[in-house]
Amino acid sequence: MRKPKMNDEDYPTTGHEWDGIREYDKPMPRWWLWTFYLCILFSIGYVVYYPAIPLINGATKGVLGYSSRAEVQGEIDRVNALNADIEKTLLATPMDDIAQNPELSRFASAGGGAVFRTYCAQCHGAGAQGGKGYPNLQDDDWLWGGDLAALETTIRHGIRHDADDDTRYSEMPKFGEILPQEEIKQIAEYVLAVSDQDHDVALAMLGKPLFMDNCSACHGETGLGDREQGAPNLADALWLFGGDRDSVVQTITNSRFGVMPAWQGRITDVQIKQVAFYVHQLGGGE
Amino acid sequence: MTTQTEQPPRLFEGREPVFPQRVSGWYRRLKWWLMIFTLGIYYITPWIRWDRGANLPDQAVLVDLANARFFFFWIEIWPHELYFVAGLLIMAGLGLFLFTSALGRVWCGYACPQTVWTDLFILVERWVEGDRNERIRLLRAKWSFRKARLRITKWVIWLLIALATGGAWVFYFADAQTLLRELFTGQAAMVAYGTIAVLTATTFLFGGFLREQVCTYMCPWPRIQAAMMDEDSLTVAYRDWRGEPRGKLGKAEGDCIDCMACVNVCPQGIDIRDGQQVECITCALCIDACDNVMEKIGKPRGLIDYCALSDEPLERAGATPKTIWQHILRLRNFIYFGLWSLIGVAMVVALFIRSDFSASIKPDRNPRFVTLSDGTLRNAYDLKISNQTGAAREFHLSIKTDDPLRLDLQGVDGMNITVPADETMHQRIYVFAKPEYETSRMDNAPIRFWVEDRASGERNHVDSFFAGDSK
Repeated sequence: MRKPKMNDEDYPTTGHEWDGIREYDKPMPRWWLWTFYLCILFSIGYVVYYPAIPLINGATKGVLGYSSRAEVQGEIDRVNALNADIEKTLLATPMDDIAQNPELSRFASAGGGAVFRTYCAQCHGAGAQGGKGYPNLQDDDWLWGGDLAALETTIRHGIRHDADDDTRYSEMPKFGEILPQEEIKQIAEYVLAVSDQDHDVALAMLGKPLFMDNCSACHGETGLGDREQGAPNLADALWLFGGDRDSVVQTITNSRFGVMPAWQGRITDVQIKQVAFYVHQLGGGE
Repeated sequence: MTTQTEQPPRLFEGREPVFPQRVSGWYRRLKWWLMIFTLGIYYITPWIRWDRGANLPDQAVLVDLANARFFFFWIEIWPHELYFVAGLLIMAGLGLFLFTSALGRVWCGYACPQTVWTDLFILVERWVEGDRNERIRLLRAKWSFRKARLRITKWVIWLLIALATGGAWVFYFADAQTLLRELFTGQAAMVAYGTIAVLTATTFLFGGFLREQVCTYMCPWPRIQAAMMDEDSLTVAYRDWRGEPRGKLGKAEGDCIDCMACVNVCPQGIDIRDGQQVECITCALCIDACDNVMEKIGKPRGLIDYCALSDEPLERAGATPKTIWQHILRLRNFIYFGLWSLIGVAMVVALFIRSDFSASIKPDRNPRFVTLSDGTLRNAYDLKISNQTGAAREFHLSIKTDDPLRLDLQGVDGMNITVPADETMHQRIYVFAKPEYETSRMDNAPIRFWVEDRASGERNHVDSFFAGDSK
């Protein structure tokens, strides 16, 4: 039979009181105690099986030898094994044919995005929008060509990367050491005229023959540039180092160009193809 | 009593065993039917088939986590329509408010899984070990072959019920027929076995051993509900003005003959005559028990009954209390019901007018725009079109803007894209603004994308912005 129930008045209180409300000191339910003991048991098992107790040179290893680094490595190995086949297919597929295979192009652009964010974003920006001195890869203006083959070559061998014999190379002379300052100013006015900007017509007229003599070999007679030599198009709206009067004078006087490392040997051939494909599909690819 | 207060208080208290006695009556019958109904829904639903065509599952109710779909008979919910699920949850919440305000803890007493499964486990217990008195004797008896046999039989049956309960749960998340075969051949996913193991263990422990302690100590609902009831909420109560002073039949003035029938049938192990208690789940079995006794001794039924707090002073004074319908049909319940049905109607309307394809658009944020060599600004967008039908469809894309901006689809000739059946397709699109357009100098020019189903002409639009160069 049931024990007679204890009346509430018979229980002691904790002695705490707020506005006349007192707190009973009733016993805890026993099952609650069991869950507490279970938790202690669990924690003992946990300490035995997993790394737990910190020591001077690391922590106890646990009988399973578990480590989160090994787990990550295992995951990476698993994914690499899963990707082995498609990587082989990618290597065997010519760059221009990748887009025709939806699975391959997804793989290439996703992997290329990861490669880009790891190795390229430092200079070209996370969105490939570039910056002053670092080309914008989203636009349609390419120094060395924007088709898939050209992109792959640029990534593989770099630009002005001395250690690579096949690197893309060109260098604009410092005209500050060759021409007097007023002639440089005249050339600059002519460049402004070519690119359809406000300019001093008289000075530009004087600059035109100077441009033909000194600049047209690389930039072309109409200033359209030459991709064989990586010579920028001076007639468009895009400028790597700025297109205002001062910037143009500065560039002619001191010559400015950047360097990009060759990625061959630093990243795998698969990664090179992936990142070339990724850059190509950003919007500016040719 | 006095000796207990003089002892140092105990820190922990074991469970006081409860041996609910068999009872028959109107509420007991109602509870049996509800048990059959609720358990039936739970166990049978995953096995109902519903033909949706070749490429879709034919299970009537299915939560397809891998493909992010929820199927409910003729309704298919995609992740972007999760507001239907949110609406259902709000309706469930408001429904609980409504029922609590009108009928007190009716959810606890009749429909809560803890109550239903505990009721089932007690039924098994009674079948195997006998009714209340035999069970008390068995508990006190020394361990013997008979006791062990009865105990083990009971536990095995409990465990089988628990296993079926945990097992049924996973069928809602995968094709039931395939999964059942896989479960027995050991091919099912570890998560399926793990879920079954956990739910089997909790069902077994909660229904067999913890029982009323789950309600009293673990569940927050008794505390919350107390705040939602008022003096008109119907709840199970003892008419002490009629029953007291209690005493042996013929020797006391009150109707209560202190037969303890109400206490003996209580699955929560309480005495309803002590008044409303947090332990009481209003299962109403004490009403049946007391009514049976009142009939035997020739007194009117209803010494324990569904009453509201406001009835007490009226009944004590001999006046007629409000009827049950007067208690239920009051403003507060109408408001709850109104809100509840408003959301219900809104959801049904939304369900009928929803489109069977949807589009969403995400503009590139980095960079916001790209300047091209002729000075044209280009914005890029990620367009997502979900085709929520079982057949491939062709969609035509167009834009509406103030300036005549040009639209281009990456890798696609023209403005039509085909989305395969039951799939979401990503399409990168470009919009170009010539430098002479006002749009190219605005920070955010509104732009509307229209997606039109080529076959039916049905159109959906998504609004976005064209980012220009405002410097």
